[in-house]
Amino acid sequence: MTVLRSAPPTAIFGLLVLSATLLLGLFAPLVAPYGETEIVGAEYLPWSAAHPLGTDNLGRDMLSRMIYGARNTVGLALLTTGIAFSIGAALGMFAALKGGWVDQALSRMVDVVMAVPPLILALMLLAIIGPSIPNMVGVIAVIYLAPVFRLSRAAAMNVVALDFIGAAQLRGEGTLWLLRREILPNISSTLVAEAGLRFCFVFLFIAALSFLGIGIQPPTADWGSMVKENATLITFGDVTPLIPAGAIALLTVSINFIVDWMLHRASGLKS
Amino acid sequence: MGNLLTIRDLRLEAGPPRAPKVILEGLDLDLDRGEVLGLVGESGAGKSSAGLAAMGFTRDGVRIAGGGIQFDGIDLARASQGQLRRLHGRRIAYVAQSAAASFNPAHRLIDQFAEGPLLHGTADAGAARDDARALYRQMQLPNPDQIGFRYPHEVSGGQLQRAMTAMAMACRPDLIIFDEPTTALDVTTQIEVLGAMRDITERYGTAAIYITHDLAVVSQMADRITVMRHGREVETQPTQRMLEAPEEPYTRSLWAVRGIQKPAATGSAPPLLTLEGASAQYRGFKALDGIDLALAKGRTTAVVGESGSGKSTLAKVIAGLMAPSEGRVLWEGAPLAGHHGKRDKRQLRDIQMIYQMADTALNPRHTVRETLERPVGFFTGLRGAARRARVRELMELIELDPEEFLDRRIPELSGGQKQRIGIARALAAEPRFIICDEVTSALDQIVAEGILKLLIRLQEELGLSYMFITHDLATVEAIADEVVVMKDGQIIEAGARAQIFEAPRQAYTRRLLASVPQMDAGWLDRARRDAAEAKSLEAAG
Repeated sequence: MTVLRSAPPTAIFGLLVLSATLLLGLFAPLVAPYGETEIVGAEYLPWSAAHPLGTDNLGRDMLSRMIYGARNTVGLALLTTGIAFSIGAALGMFAALKGGWVDQALSRMVDVVMAVPPLILALMLLAIIGPSIPNMVGVIAVIYLAPVFRLSRAAAMNVVALDFIGAAQLRGEGTLWLLRREILPNISSTLVAEAGLRFCFVFLFIAALSFLGIGIQPPTADWGSMVKENATLITFGDVTPLIPAGAIALLTVSINFIVDWMLHRASGLKS
Repeated sequence: MGNLLTIRDLRLEAGPPRAPKVILEGLDLDLDRGEVLGLVGESGAGKSSAGLAAMGFTRDGVRIAGGGIQFDGIDLARASQGQLRRLHGRRIAYVAQSAAASFNPAHRLIDQFAEGPLLHGTADAGAARDDARALYRQMQLPNPDQIGFRYPHEVSGGQLQRAMTAMAMACRPDLIIFDEPTTALDVTTQIEVLGAMRDITERYGTAAIYITHDLAVVSQMADRITVMRHGREVETQPTQRMLEAPEEPYTRSLWAVRGIQKPAATGSAPPLLTLEGASAQYRGFKALDGIDLALAKGRTTAVVGESGSGKSTLAKVIAGLMAPSEGRVLWEGAPLAGHHGKRDKRQLRDIQMIYQMADTALNPRHTVRETLERPVGFFTGLRGAARRARVRELMELIELDPEEFLDRRIPELSGGQKQRIGIARALAAEPRFIICDEVTSALDQIVAEGILKLLIRLQEELGLSYMFITHDLATVEAIADEVVVMKDGQIIEAGARAQIFEAPRQAYTRRLLASVPQMDAGWLDRARRDAAEAKSLEAAG
């Protein structure tokens, strides 16, 4: 609680938006007035009491789909970031600790992934293995594993050079202990701050892939594809398609507020 | 008194104005033209802050909360930034502890020398360069005409410190602040640098404030000495009087630090660890060259030498951090594997290490409890209550209160406390042999004395054997039974402490011994003379 009291207003705003999104996503079936794929009326109905945000191109309730979209988009982004971080950070620390050919092999593999533009790589891989949710999560996790690996390797290198690692090695500690108890606590603040930022990228990436039609597949609700589905309305001067886009922007900005605050705290609580 | 610098009732504060942390309080300093004042104290005593205040400068977040600083009629405490800028470098100069960190690595020495005179308009570029060469010569730098055209990384630490002093003299200032200028140097280099600094301040009649924690050094440089503690002045006396009859108990305790001496060991002890023709190399560079050495059981063997003599490599080879390229290491007659990963658990337990920098030797994310519980559990297999009891026992061994310290994180400890935890961690393995790698060199004299006494007591109680790596001969005199002198990766002399200190056979050993700062005022002159002689002898034979 004392931590929260010292938080700047931007961070509190970010935390509020993030927790609201997570709660909505978690309790979507209870909160949403209609079903995710339920057709409730004519297409492109204007905003009304029955449908606060109108209906979409197939006559589904826009508000309900926004709420379900939070669940899908944010949930998948969290899952993907989680996978990318656990594997990337572990490999990065391992490479830093072992050095030599282990480090060389892992680093060069990561370089190959980083050498190809992420969107093109994702399009190519998904075209080969076919667009499905598990495939998409896997592909994005592999793409985002690369920068996480680099960051965790660089951070861990500084730690590995310190005497307490030598002392633990002289004691005969195993690799797992060295990684988990000696290195990880010293780089965790860097990783956590980076995780917040990466979460935004992954989230935008999923939205982008969905917009392009190879991400989350219809009829599943998702903010990225919702922009695409309703893009026609923009020509008529209706703001409805901008609402999912706005939601994406709002969440991204909120998370960045939180990350900034965490980075500030990690850099040593100074003024 | 004080016709150049007068500081009256100075108070420095840091932190929030409502609950300030006092850095300096009620400090009075007077300095005449051409006079050298020594400021002595432990780290945190406020001596550096006092030195900076004499320039009208405070560190970030520190403010002058009261009192006045008069420099030649100018009130530095209230002077504008512009006024201070015109004074700094021109009339007040500063020589920092780390010359390597104070020079810009991207520019040549002579160009950096010329910056001050050009900025203050005291000389044009040509005159500044000529002056640089003259000052380099007066600072006894080798090859004074060319050395200025080198970059900072191309000259040694001692030369850099002298170039820094020459640079500070560039505008012939009235006052120079020396902030621990020789702390990072080897003893033999220190003599040359101290001598050159003293000559040049005398030659130009420059007043100086010499900040250090080493009383022997300051007694060579200063006319008067001020002892400081906790941001306050303890005592000020002329140097001679301060050495002979210090008044305050605290000052006397500073003097007493050099008094500890372990009783001499009697009889012979069987060797515990033996090196046979051990060599080691870094990418072709031979850091250790055919070392034959026997370390006796229950004794302390001090390994002495300047930096680069191979003494740390020796420690690495014994600990198994580096495999010898030739020769072998024997533990009680049985060969030890070269790499620690191939040694068994009993061998790993027996040989422990205490590091120079306790800051990096302990994981800053762990509490004291975590730091100690792991090795206790790992080596002895104790669990639960038995392990907790053992950790408390270790804390008592190193004289730290378990209630107070066990749940603190490492960064919340002072330097001396961290080093004690480092010792406790080594003891947790219940070792028989401990390598102490410069364990006191990062600590103040008083704290270092406490650590040395602790190590001596532990040796008596637990029958430990030590290998003590150090470049500080005062430490050697305090703790060693046997002394090994190393130079260029080889052992050049080895023997009992008394023999090495009283009848050294090698010229190099004699020079090393003569370089240890002594508390009498004539030491520096003698040492410089002896060093010159010893050097010519070494060159001859």
